Amino acid sequence: MCLAIPGKVLEVYEENGLKMGRIDYAGTVNVACLSYVPDVEIGQYAIVHAGFAISVIDEEEAQKTYEVWDALVEAAAEEGTDIFGMPLENSEPDKETGGGKS
Amino acid sequence: MKYLDEYRNPGIARRILAEIKSVTRNPWVIMEICGGQTHSIIKNGIDQLLPKEIELVHGPGCPVCVTPLEQIDKALVIAAQPDVIFASFGDMLRVPGSEKDLFMVKSEGGDVRIVYSPLDAVKIARENPEKKVVFFAVGFETTAPNNAMAVWQAHREGLKNFSILVSHVLVPPAMRALLSSSQNRVQGYLAAGHVCTIMGCEEYEPIAHEFKVPIVVTGFEPVDILEGVLMVVKQLEAGTVAVENQYARVVRREGNRPAQELIKKVMQVSDRKWRGIGEIPASGLSLRPEFSDHDAEVVFQVGDIQVEEPEECISGLVLQGLKKPFECAAFGKQCNPQTPLGATMVSTEGACSAYYAYSRHQLA
Ligand code: SF4
Repeated sequence: MCLAIPGKVLEVYEENGLKMGRIDYAGTVNVACLSYVPDVEIGQYAIVHAGFAISVIDEEEAQKTYEVWDALVEAAAEEGTDIFGMPLENSEPDKETGGGKS
Repeated sequence: MKYLDEYRNPGIARRILAEIKSVTRNPWVIMEICGGQTHSIIKNGIDQLLPKEIELVHGPGCPVCVTPLEQIDKALVIAAQPDVIFASFGDMLRVPGSEKDLFMVKSEGGDVRIVYSPLDAVKIARENPEKKVVFFAVGFETTAPNNAMAVWQAHREGLKNFSILVSHVLVPPAMRALLSSSQNRVQGYLAAGHVCTIMGCEEYEPIAHEFKVPIVVTGFEPVDILEGVLMVVKQLEAGTVAVENQYARVVRREGNRPAQELIKKVMQVSDRKWRGIGEIPASGLSLRPEFSDHDAEVVFQVGDIQVEEPEECISGLVLQGLKKPFECAAFGKQCNPQTPLGATMVSTEGACSAYYAYSRHQLA
């Protein structure tokens, strides 16, 4: 119901008088209404909920996250673990969330 | 998804856990509001990693779970009509009404369709002028702007054949109701990140101060939740009361203004019944009278269907954080995700379903 996930804005266009966009969620592309994030630009990240972008993620924050990410994930993988030190092969792929719900 | 992984990082999680352990001196009961957070907590075993002094109780923050039985029955009546196309998010289809669910109506020939956005339902209405298209508008503040936009768009395009069956609930009145109850155990809240993305953080200030409970707006990833817990515990131990924002990378203090404006234009605050809890005054949204052409309860005259909840299901107590799912006699027996008795077993955001999926019944 309340699945909301971040994606990158690939394209912005208008349809039936509404600002719409094509959004890339880590490889899966879908459309979303952009009327609630009127200033969003191509290349920015937005949190999308049930077909509507509801928040633009701060550019700097997104960038910062990217920088630390690689190092952290590598370190964890070297230990052969995921979150909380669970062995990688027993961990469940996180297919249904990828983001939060509310 | 690269962006998220810092928030699932074991090193950071361990560091926050260690900090929570070092600041915790007293026993505390903290409620997470949102079903997405409940799911993440149970899935990642966060409740079991926390120091034993800290008890997490699960809140009413699953819109599927709190949609009252009579609202489901209204949906079933409307969806069964031959000239209707009934559109809904997928997770509403298996929610049991008093006799059947939307899947059964579909298998009996009803035109029930799963959509990804309420605008998809508007599109169906545009393409099927001879049919009445109804969207099941269920949700918290996060979903309200989307449903408001669908009605606004249908209104602008003059699509008279589009309506929504509204079952919108608001989070702050429910938080207030729980804190006002004589049985209340909650001492601090993790507020729901995406609800606040729309509504902002300001409406939590009066609740925090009136009831003296720290409220931390929190995200959904394991690291978010641990950080939210740490922020609440620090306040509880220090005796301070404030609204803080752990999820600032997404939530702005003022929320999403264009979304709030459209909600106000199309909807108004109304009393709502919560499944398993009962009526809470001013705890929901309904369409404004100007949009009654798009109000399915008006269009289909189903406004006065009233029904009672099944007796064996204690989901009302589960939703208020007063009982854990495994304390229900039906849990994992008569009631399981294949044959759910209550909505908290249907939705993956429901506490019963999360406990079942991650085998917590074996611990009971
Ligand atoms: S286990 Fe089933 S019957 Fe028991 S409270 Fe949960 S939903 Fe209701």
